[in-house]
Amino acid sequence: MLTVVKPGLLTSVQDLGRYGYQKYGVIASGVMDQLSHRISNILVGNEENEPTLEITLLGPVIHFDKDTLISICGGDLSPSINGDPVRIWRTIFVKKGSKLSFGPAITGSRAYLAVAGGFVVPKVMDSKSTYLRAGIGGFEGRAFKAGDSLPFNLPGELSKVLFEYMALQAGDKPFIEMDWSVASDLIPLHQKDPSIRVMKGKHYPLFSQESKEKFFSQTFEVTPQSDRMGYRLKGSFLQLENPGELISEAVSFGSIQVPSEGNPIVLLADRQTTGGYPKIGQISSVDLPIIAQAKPGDHISFSEVTHETAQQLFLKREKKIKQLKNGILLKFR
Amino acid sequence: MNYSLQPLGDHAVIIELGEDINLETQQNLKLITSFFDKNLEDWMVEYIPAFTTVSLFYDPVKVMNQSSKIHALPYDIVCTKLRSLLGRIHAVNEDNQRLVEIPVCYGGNLGPDLQFVAEHNGLTPEEVIHIHSSGNYIVYMIGFAPGFPYIGGMSEKIATPRRETPRLKIPPKTVGIAGQQTGVYPIETPGGWQLIGRTPVELFLPDEEPPTLLRAGDKIKFKPISYKEYLELGGDK
Repeated sequence: MLTVVKPGLLTSVQDLGRYGYQKYGVIASGVMDQLSHRISNILVGNEENEPTLEITLLGPVIHFDKDTLISICGGDLSPSINGDPVRIWRTIFVKKGSKLSFGPAITGSRAYLAVAGGFVVPKVMDSKSTYLRAGIGGFEGRAFKAGDSLPFNLPGELSKVLFEYMALQAGDKPFIEMDWSVASDLIPLHQKDPSIRVMKGKHYPLFSQESKEKFFSQTFEVTPQSDRMGYRLKGSFLQLENPGELISEAVSFGSIQVPSEGNPIVLLADRQTTGGYPKIGQISSVDLPIIAQAKPGDHISFSEVTHETAQQLFLKREKKIKQLKNGILLKFR
Repeated sequence: MNYSLQPLGDHAVIIELGEDINLETQQNLKLITSFFDKNLEDWMVEYIPAFTTVSLFYDPVKVMNQSSKIHALPYDIVCTKLRSLLGRIHAVNEDNQRLVEIPVCYGGNLGPDLQFVAEHNGLTPEEVIHIHSSGNYIVYMIGFAPGFPYIGGMSEKIATPRRETPRLKIPPKTVGIAGQQTGVYPIETPGGWQLIGRTPVELFLPDEEPPTLLRAGDKIKFKPISYKEYLELGGDK
């Protein structure tokens, strides 16, 4: 079990999302940065879809009530245990009574904390993700408050082997880090002002020539009106050649839509299921983990990628994740 | 059935059935979604229906694992599969359209804009209630919010533009009018709709399967009820 001493800015339980219910208007929710979430789970021996804690910018203070394995992946929010810094992208053995806290955001804006076995929360509509606005799923349908306690499930086979391997080396230290980490080519670079690969959207041809050029050449600032639902960007105004109304249709994670006032909005984890604004672009899946780590004030630029390349990049990324999983299995089974 | 296919990002395909909102498109859409409901294959994640489109989300890794074409794109494999599947769908004349009655307590605190809607259209509030509750409505799609129905078929006689300043909170289960549209808000949201009444009926049922009262294709009747009946049916004060 862990206990939340301080909740941080926005800490919620999320898995890979609530799928199968968008046809009823129920939003997908789930983690913003799926790559970091998945690797965090893999490092503690969990299934990739086990819920993790999504920690946003100002991290929580967490007290561990029993010995466990954890991993923190994603943005570097300066995590430390009992005051000593711990590295991200690593399996960590934590002793009962230790306290995990966070400091300034060095890179990125979201960190994912996985524990071996995963957290005990009920499944609502096939998912353990928190749907904050409707108040369902996750831990009581809400973000964490001080004093909340969250129990863990019993660890699986692989987690147990990893746990025992590390417990032997820990001695009387409050925590130890695993002596290996994730291959560096799988760890995304969380730069300030990232460049994001984007496919042309369905309505790209409807935009004015000037807007099409600006979209791929100018930078756009992430405004403070940005959250898990979407990032509102500010930059050059984008306009349709012939303004008009479109018929609403499905949107997806990473759709970039442009309302008539001309500032683009990037739709993210808590996006609505359908939308009626023109879609100028669609972020390639491999770069969703990059945009998910952007924060207000960052300047984003978009570079064009073909649909074909985006699919190939995605399959390549999946292959690497599979290699990481197999590597851990080979080492510990 | 005529349709076109195009990508929505690298994980989904949009099946477009027409360019206008009409009943024929709505019926074809219903055929496709009922087909997916019964035949959702392993590589399909889910679908999202809209007025003229059904967007199918797929898992590119599963698509590749199940295909012998190792150099093909997942999207192209999906399109080939879809063309074959959609070719098997035939129009069936089944009259399985459901009629759902939604009781509404109009006006008063529950419908603070009823008077405005009446004045805007040169009617009395009673006439607005009569016109709204005698319409034949059809649910074109569910979306925007959990269980929120996009309803077609409202009379132009009571069409009213959205409020200039949206309300920050609209209570759940409020019935409203925006332009030529009418709808019911299942959960509390901000919005600029003109609020004409409230229903005691839950539209979003998170613990049930499916979790919504209404489905695309349903016919709807709004039935006027008194405040007393509203409370008896469990309406919020």
